[in-house]
Amino acid sequence: MAATEQTIKQVNTLGSSDYKYGFSTEVDEIRPPKGLNKEIIKFISAQKDEPEWMLEWRLNAFKVFNKLPKPQWAKLNIPEIDYQDCYYYSIPKSLKDKPKSLDDIDPEILKTYEKLGIPLKEQKMLSGIAVDAVFDSVSVATTYKKQLSDLGIVFCSISEAVKTHPELVKKYLGSVIPVSDHSFAALNSAVFTDGSFIYIPEGVRCPVELSTYFRINAMNTGQFERTLIIADKESYVSYLEGCTAPMRDENQLHAANVELVALDNAEIKYSTVQNWYPGDKEGKGGIYNFVTKRGACRGKNSKISWTQVETGSAITWKYPSCILQGDNSKGEFYSVAITNNMQQADTGTKMIHIGKNTSSKIISKGISAGKANNTYRGLVNILSKAKNARNFTQCDSLLIGNQCGAHTVPYIQSSNSDSMVEHEATTSKINEDQLFYCQQRGLNSEDAVGLIVNGFCKEVLQHLPMEFAVEAQKLVAISLEGSVG
Amino acid sequence: MLEIKNLHVSIEENKIIKGLDLSINKGEVHALMGPNGSGKSTLSYVLSGKDKYEINDGTIDYNGKNLLELDVDERANEGLFLAFQYPMEIPGVQTSFFLKTAINSKRKYLGQSEMDALEFAKLMKSKAEELNISTEMLKRDLNVNYSGGEKKKQEILQMSMLSPKMAILDETDSGLDIDALRIVSEGVNKLRNSENSFLVITHYQRLLNYIKPDFVHIIADGKIVKSGDYSLALELEEKGYEEISQTA
Repeated sequence: MAATEQTIKQVNTLGSSDYKYGFSTEVDEIRPPKGLNKEIIKFISAQKDEPEWMLEWRLNAFKVFNKLPKPQWAKLNIPEIDYQDCYYYSIPKSLKDKPKSLDDIDPEILKTYEKLGIPLKEQKMLSGIAVDAVFDSVSVATTYKKQLSDLGIVFCSISEAVKTHPELVKKYLGSVIPVSDHSFAALNSAVFTDGSFIYIPEGVRCPVELSTYFRINAMNTGQFERTLIIADKESYVSYLEGCTAPMRDENQLHAANVELVALDNAEIKYSTVQNWYPGDKEGKGGIYNFVTKRGACRGKNSKISWTQVETGSAITWKYPSCILQGDNSKGEFYSVAITNNMQQADTGTKMIHIGKNTSSKIISKGISAGKANNTYRGLVNILSKAKNARNFTQCDSLLIGNQCGAHTVPYIQSSNSDSMVEHEATTSKINEDQLFYCQQRGLNSEDAVGLIVNGFCKEVLQHLPMEFAVEAQKLVAISLEGSVG
Repeated sequence: MLEIKNLHVSIEENKIIKGLDLSINKGEVHALMGPNGSGKSTLSYVLSGKDKYEINDGTIDYNGKNLLELDVDERANEGLFLAFQYPMEIPGVQTSFFLKTAINSKRKYLGQSEMDALEFAKLMKSKAEELNISTEMLKRDLNVNYSGGEKKKQEILQMSMLSPKMAILDETDSGLDIDALRIVSEGVNKLRNSENSFLVITHYQRLLNYIKPDFVHIIADGKIVKSGDYSLALELEEKGYEEISQTA
């Protein structure tokens, strides 16, 4: 049998049972009835004990949402979403009153995170990584809080920040992604539940990786993550997020808004390893991942770097972007997107050059297998004042089998003559001779595919923090091979 | 070690090998010589299990196993090694990492534990030195931007690290200058012992000055037309394929 055929066969037999994060946790949940309306928004706000201004902000966003049509630009087949047939808030009863210590947390929830490889208890905490754990609509716990606060770093859930740092939240929330940006952004603004808030004060280099682990557990429940990261002048932070969900036959919605702000000489490195449940091989179930991520390089010489490894979700709709306002600011986007079986991804970035001497770099690696469709969609927009701006884009697609698709849709707009934009793109099929060569050296066909694909993704994976690069390599192999990790 | 009987192979309806017999015992080095299109490379691919070739008739016994029933990686892990005429480039995969993966695949197949990092590094260093391969090269992506000679040396390095039972060298001498030819040949000679066997496929007698075969076979039109000892290679050099094939 041809090596490629064998691979395709293996990929095809990759059932949902190979998704190792597919378990669910039995906990009593508090949740209001299904449906999206003012009452639900008031309920969420009240549950979180929010100040009046926050509720007003949400209600205004809801008004905007009702006026906006669903975004249509993506090459995705998105089934009509019935917003009234979804729960918007769900928290484990035991987390109703924010637990004072980990001893007050339902052991089932702690076990969940342990199973996911994210121990929250003090003695087992991951070294060098501070974690905020979000379970459905609420943050469970944040580790290393004390050590961070000694440096003046704020790392907490966004719900907490609304109360403890209202001035920062008011100033920056919605300042990068306007409520009216598009309907998913407006929806998130109306019903966002939890996510992380980070503030790095002037001149501080955050000594550990900050990380959020998102877990969707409850059925039929949307998760509306909201994350806000502010790096003040001369500061540095590296943040990473991980995502998993149980296997369920129904589709679930994860609509996130993530805003980053970098002031003068500040740098934010944001990494994502997204492994939401992708649905089974017939395309039943799975997460709809509709994510708006945008960073503003407001200060001069500031830098924002996005690295993403997208392997999960039934549908991924995501364009982490940089607004390069400050002179000499830099934006980077490194992406690996893998789609298998019936998965669909439409992902890319936007680099908006506003300041002088701004530069951006885009490296995108798309891998399609099964009957999946994978689209890179990216905009490089150089405005007239962005003198001497530079962009380099490289988009490579790899196809496994002959039923999948890869598409590259670059939009390039340049409004001044002394800027330079480069775009390189390649599409290739996995090479049968390479597979044969590896197998002749004793690798089985799964390992051979994993090795070649990891080589293909290397330029991106090497930008992940060390601890996660190894995990990501394994994930890349697993999501294509059907070998249970 | 290897017993090929009445082998018939075709590719897309074209008959390439038409009744080939070849028997290689432990500890022997056989040279297979023949003109272009005689079926030399096809034989190496059939032995290593490349697809697209249709076996129409015949048997291949490899150490008591039916070779044709084994997958490509099983054959490799059972000790069959092919030094490629055109080694593949694998971008993004460091040469040393590839070597380690290959060694550990074999160990896993044999039910052994993974080789630890230190042991591996030592082994790689000593083998690389023998072949005059710099450690800098081992950090580069496998075969990417290697010269023709470097690629062939790399094949021999992989071979010596995997220490196969049955090694097939498919035109390893092509594209080698005289110095590289000597180094590569010495590498092969160091590996020779009473437990392993080699099948050296080549156009030219030159390589056989360095790797002295026990037997020489001449293949023409998919069949072995003449077999003999080393002197046959010299005779061939003198008379050419045409004459030898006709007198056979």
